[in-house]
Amino acid sequence: MNFLPSELCRRTFLRQNSYGVGAAALSNLLSRSANASEGSSAADWKGVYSVKPGTQKIKRVIHLCMAGGPSHLETLDYKPKLAEMDGKPMPKSYTEGKQIAQLQGQENSLKCLGPQHAFQRFGESGQLISSLLPEIGSVADEICIVRSMQTDQINHDPAHTLMNTGGSVPGRPSMGSWLLYGLGAQCDNLPGYVVLTSVGGGQSQPIAARQWHSGFLPSRFQGVEFRSQGDPVLYVNSPPGVAIADQRDLIDTVQSLNRMGNQTFQDPEIATRIAQYELAFKMQTSTPELMDLSSEPSHIFELYGTKGGDGSFASNCLLARRLAERGVRFIQLYHRGWDHHGGIKDGAKVTAGLVDRGTAALIKDLKQRGMLEDTLVIWGGEFGRTPMAQGNGRDHHIMGFSCWLAGGGVKPGYHWGATDELGYEAVENKVHVHDLHATMLHLFGIDHTLLTHRFQGRDFRLTDVGGRVVHEILT
Amino acid sequence: MHRLAAIHTLLAVSIIFVFSFDSQGLSAETIDFNRDIRPILSDNCYACHGPDGAQRQGGGEHGLRLDVEEQAFADLGGHFAIVPGDVEASELIQRIHSTDDDFVMPPRDHRKSLTATQKKLLSQWVEQGAEWSRHWAYVAPRKQARPSVRRAGGNWIDAYITQQLEAQAVEPLPQADKRVLLRRVYFDLVGLPPSVEDIETFVSDSSTHAWETVVDRLLASPHFGERLAVYWLDLVRYADTVGYHGDQDVSVSPFRDYVINAFNANKPFDQFTKEQLAGDLLPSPTQEQLIASGYNKLGMMSAEGGAQPKEYLAKYASDRVRTASTVWLGATLGCAECHNHKFDPFTQKDFYRFAAFFADIEERGLYSGANSDSNWGPTIRVPDEELAGLLQPIDKQIEALTQAYEQVDVSSAQSAWETQMLNSDETWKYLSPDEAIAKHETMLKSLEDSSLLATGPNADTNTYTFKTTVDLNGVTGFRLEVLPHESLPAQGPGRSSNGNFVLSEFKASVLSDTEDARPLSFSKAQATFEQKDTDKRNPLKGFRAEAAIDGDEKGNSLGWAVLPEVGQTHQLVVQLNEKVGMEGRVQLQIELVQNYKRSVGHTIGRFRLSATRETPQINPLELLPKGIRELLLIDSSKRNTDQKNQLSGYFRSVAPELSELRSQLEAAKQKRETVEAAHTRLTLITRRVEPREMRVLNRGNWMDTSGEVVEPGVPHFLHQIVERSDTKLLSTHTRATRLDLANWLTSPENPLTARVFVNRLWKMLFGVGLSKVLDDLGSQGEFPTHPALLDALALEFVESGWNIKQLVKLMVMSQTYRQSSIATPKLIELDPFNRLFARQSRFRIDAELIRDNALAVSGLLVRELGGRSVKPYQPDGLLRHLNFPVRTYQHDHGSNQYRRGVYTHWQRQFLHPALQSFDAPAREECTAERSRSNTPLAALVLLNDPSYVEAARVFAERILESDAKTDEERFLRIFLQALSREPVDEEQEVLSKLLVDQRMRYLADPDAAKLVVSVGDWPTSARLNEVELASWLAVTRAVFNMHEFITRN
Repeated sequence: MNFLPSELCRRTFLRQNSYGVGAAALSNLLSRSANASEGSSAADWKGVYSVKPGTQKIKRVIHLCMAGGPSHLETLDYKPKLAEMDGKPMPKSYTEGKQIAQLQGQENSLKCLGPQHAFQRFGESGQLISSLLPEIGSVADEICIVRSMQTDQINHDPAHTLMNTGGSVPGRPSMGSWLLYGLGAQCDNLPGYVVLTSVGGGQSQPIAARQWHSGFLPSRFQGVEFRSQGDPVLYVNSPPGVAIADQRDLIDTVQSLNRMGNQTFQDPEIATRIAQYELAFKMQTSTPELMDLSSEPSHIFELYGTKGGDGSFASNCLLARRLAERGVRFIQLYHRGWDHHGGIKDGAKVTAGLVDRGTAALIKDLKQRGMLEDTLVIWGGEFGRTPMAQGNGRDHHIMGFSCWLAGGGVKPGYHWGATDELGYEAVENKVHVHDLHATMLHLFGIDHTLLTHRFQGRDFRLTDVGGRVVHEILT
Repeated sequence: MHRLAAIHTLLAVSIIFVFSFDSQGLSAETIDFNRDIRPILSDNCYACHGPDGAQRQGGGEHGLRLDVEEQAFADLGGHFAIVPGDVEASELIQRIHSTDDDFVMPPRDHRKSLTATQKKLLSQWVEQGAEWSRHWAYVAPRKQARPSVRRAGGNWIDAYITQQLEAQAVEPLPQADKRVLLRRVYFDLVGLPPSVEDIETFVSDSSTHAWETVVDRLLASPHFGERLAVYWLDLVRYADTVGYHGDQDVSVSPFRDYVINAFNANKPFDQFTKEQLAGDLLPSPTQEQLIASGYNKLGMMSAEGGAQPKEYLAKYASDRVRTASTVWLGATLGCAECHNHKFDPFTQKDFYRFAAFFADIEERGLYSGANSDSNWGPTIRVPDEELAGLLQPIDKQIEALTQAYEQVDVSSAQSAWETQMLNSDETWKYLSPDEAIAKHETMLKSLEDSSLLATGPNADTNTYTFKTTVDLNGVTGFRLEVLPHESLPAQGPGRSSNGNFVLSEFKASVLSDTEDARPLSFSKAQATFEQKDTDKRNPLKGFRAEAAIDGDEKGNSLGWAVLPEVGQTHQLVVQLNEKVGMEGRVQLQIELVQNYKRSVGHTIGRFRLSATRETPQINPLELLPKGIRELLLIDSSKRNTDQKNQLSGYFRSVAPELSELRSQLEAAKQKRETVEAAHTRLTLITRRVEPREMRVLNRGNWMDTSGEVVEPGVPHFLHQIVERSDTKLLSTHTRATRLDLANWLTSPENPLTARVFVNRLWKMLFGVGLSKVLDDLGSQGEFPTHPALLDALALEFVESGWNIKQLVKLMVMSQTYRQSSIATPKLIELDPFNRLFARQSRFRIDAELIRDNALAVSGLLVRELGGRSVKPYQPDGLLRHLNFPVRTYQHDHGSNQYRRGVYTHWQRQFLHPALQSFDAPAREECTAERSRSNTPLAALVLLNDPSYVEAARVFAERILESDAKTDEERFLRIFLQALSREPVDEEQEVLSKLLVDQRMRYLADPDAAKLVVSVGDWPTSARLNEVELASWLAVTRAVFNMHEFITRN
């Protein structure tokens, strides 16, 4: 059923570079203006990127996006010096001339806010993790903490856009879309890029659909949101009074009519349309199966701490595993609850409580199924929070924050990079968002400088003009 | 069949290979620099040998430039990159062929490398004399003789097309079937399908003018403007929400209507340009021109707390450059924000000079508070046509009531009221403290007027304890006055930096030496003012007086506060649950608890306590508006006339004697407001302010203020603005304006604007542009397939006075437009992407048109023009990720449910899924070309979106209620209306089978039939049998899901 010449592309055009994308010809072929249709869905698209055998460590990513900006100082980055400085003025040498968000206007009266929760050592690796995250602590030996993250955007909307697309100007493809474009998906009855969301524990900052959009890449590569209420995928249910057999009947009729039309028109677009209707029908039948958790044994519910179906983060973690099993390439879970401008002591505790167990359960579950080795799990937000107090909370912060990675190709029980003694600025082994993207692509066997798409005369890539693979955290 | 498709694909692939590497591959004997050579140099060499000086490598002092003629041929110190006619001496040629890793170009580690064909072309070019020309798009089109080739029934467009076809020995296809042709031109010009009658008329009209008659009628249709607006609104990124962060609604729909009306009125494109970029700068701008100036306010805006205004001003500025340069110049000037352009001669300074044109637009970087007050910038009110007529009777009524109201004499009642007001405070007695202490190191200092002033450090939270000895017998309540003081921030009365405080709890108790303190409880609290609160965690939605006596049951952070009414006195009055029946003097303790936690230091700065034995109430004087209170305190004999009038005016507004008339008047005014609001829209406009300073931002970094300050200007290498339009208006008399920019864009010397516009229009009508990259006519764009035709059209457009309808007519009157789109395999093999235009293109119609088509075919479409944006059905919860404020989507009822897609509420962050699935852009950024995808999600929309199910049902009802009685007659009717043609036998058979199956199915389950025919708001026809209707609904749904239904052939 593959009407798009992806295989042909690669055979025909990849003469110059042995691996990577076949240069200009391919961009030309795929450009938006080519009169030929965009063709089929992500499902039967094999990708433009030819991976060098033996370099691909992972098959999928599960991005646990802690939206709102979790405080690294209450989660992954222990700063005893900051505790000592609690209530004292923040030294100006740190903050002068630096960006500041809601603390604008208070530059002269910034005070330190000590860590609001204790840290403890977990696992054989002895990783220092907040006492708010004991479950994540229980998988400390599986994860690699990066404590030297940096980003460029200090407000939620553009910071998410940068984290997802490598740029803050809307219109660029998100990382999941790049992956589908580069490698295709591994499933033909579900979208290759799925987004799930949950809320709780703090102010729910908005999240735009832009965050999973395909930008200037063809729209078949965009992320599809799965919902816990209403149709799990928009319009995936037949109209009321139309049974699935009726819908099949109807689609069969449409397919026959389109085939007849194609005898006149000889139009590959019609063949593609026929394929899309088959896929649509498959989605109609496989999505309920995916969302139906009744086949999960009770010890799994116990592990995740959920009965499922409630839209909670834990329930989404369980769905993430099911999606991963079914070949979804990029799975993104947003938990919108980390924006603790005030009341961070209580707020971080509640939010951490909502995500801790599900996260750890996902790692354990993937591991027991042998899937952790070819999955990359990323846990982190769009930025961190200030060591300075904003009342009894913390403001947005971009100079230094933390995240962790786990799974295929990443050193387990490891940590990398460090902020200064107050947790203000990453000073050792800085990792920019672009570097995180480069590293993720590298684990797929993709050279981030070669996965490009021409738009408005320029070859764009996920890592813009930056990106360095952080080899040091890889096995 | 699949195998066949695969073979086609294979052919397509090999052909495009030839196309892209053999530079059109079709007539490559004589090398054309712009067509054959510049694209190779640009793509492979300009990154290091192009306009960006910072990255430039090699040769000479400033590096080797291959984008500028003089430098490409310059002496690089005894050697030359290019020596015309001498391949051996041309280092460029030597290097590209070299096998030496240190010498070869592009370098081994460069991402680009040349193909053998490209190398050969470069060598041939040098051999042939290395003729150089400026980039084609930067040289204004010149008038040239048109080809003499003719094509029967066509016009001069066909001459250019036919000339090239003849050179290739390709036969163009014959004219399309008349039904197909009519359907094509309907979709293209008005975006709607022809009716059955339209088809019959056209098919039976054999006159030579038949086609022209149709074209003229469609160009005159009001739906022409709606059709073209779809394309223009993408470019100028029109939307109904702001895009950033909370994606709040913004009222700008009159701009959309302006665009529709402008296309309908055939407004010349130069005028259209001026009104949008600079409507506000035109002499005495009309309302229409001001609405058009809203163009400058269509970009994304942010109200995200903590956004830095300067950063966002920089974002808005660069968005405007990207948009205007794409819309009018087809240029990627936006790429020069951080450095000089890599491929085209745009410098970084060009970028910021262009941005400076827009530095005079009134705007804020951070639209703080706009999430609740919707203030996104200057607006005007746009009434609709009905309003004036509707207001007339109401205004008459208001006038009559006002007269009656003014005639009643209330002077004696007023004197009584004044006396009562002035004596009302005597019921309160000040309490003076035996002791007043605060926590932490805060001190409470007694002032002469019995008030207490807090001094010393302001702790995060505090509690003031006030003890006094007093006779409480008969006391009914207490009063807390908070008072301003010059020592307090913002004059107080609070100690927070904004002058505010939060009183979490007012406690009172009677102390005793022998017993436990006896707490007093309160039944009621009122205050002169209560602060609002939008925080969801606050169940009271405000900082209310009642929160100060709630025993902190609702949280100890809640309490009474007064922002923004700071800097003045406020009163809180609390009423005791019962009178204190206690004889003699006792020790009373009052505690003012101030435990606010969401922010720190919200404590009271100065206060005074009182008690009363009367009904405890706020001094009515304090509740009067400030100005009135002051007037009342002036001795009545000393008030001047103005003051007297003011006071009596106020009294009349509260006098019980006038209450009847007042409420009538109030009701009439209310009605007026309601009517006016329903018939008036606000719309953002541009208002000019003193221009903000515009600097070149080094690496695009808005925090770096060391860059050069620039004035407005156009790209340095194009013709410059020579005459300024309105220097008189300017504070600095040398600065070019947006109007100058608009005039420059539409001046005859401008090489880009007309080409860009005609190329996009060509794409709309022929499926692919003459230069296929619609948003980049620069070095990385595509050399046109028919450069002479593109130039001739551009010249014609300018010479016609930028006449859009004339240009459209010219294009659709050509035989090239009218050709069949059913290509022979041979033609597909030769020209898979239809770059020769030997046939018409076939493509899926735009998202909005898919909706319009279904509604039109069903008969549901409401063909009204303009108005507020409308909300079709949408799945619940789609907007649940939005916040500030939280949104729930309410779909429209009645006629607004059945409007055209162009009127759909454009929610940037969550575009309506039916539009999005068919590639309508979010309009966060300027979009010159939509992709045309074909996905399962789109299939799900057509299959299951209630809009399409409802339209299919109403269509089925129409068919069943028509005079078509047999199944065959009904199939025929369905096909004619939905596809403009008759069904073939096989199609009828397939549909009959579906119909029979569905009848069986719904006969067995009539409840299911009832359900499916009830989808949508539109009432189900009571005359029809539900089982029969449900079965036919399956048939119409099947037709709505046919590829042909959404395809323009």
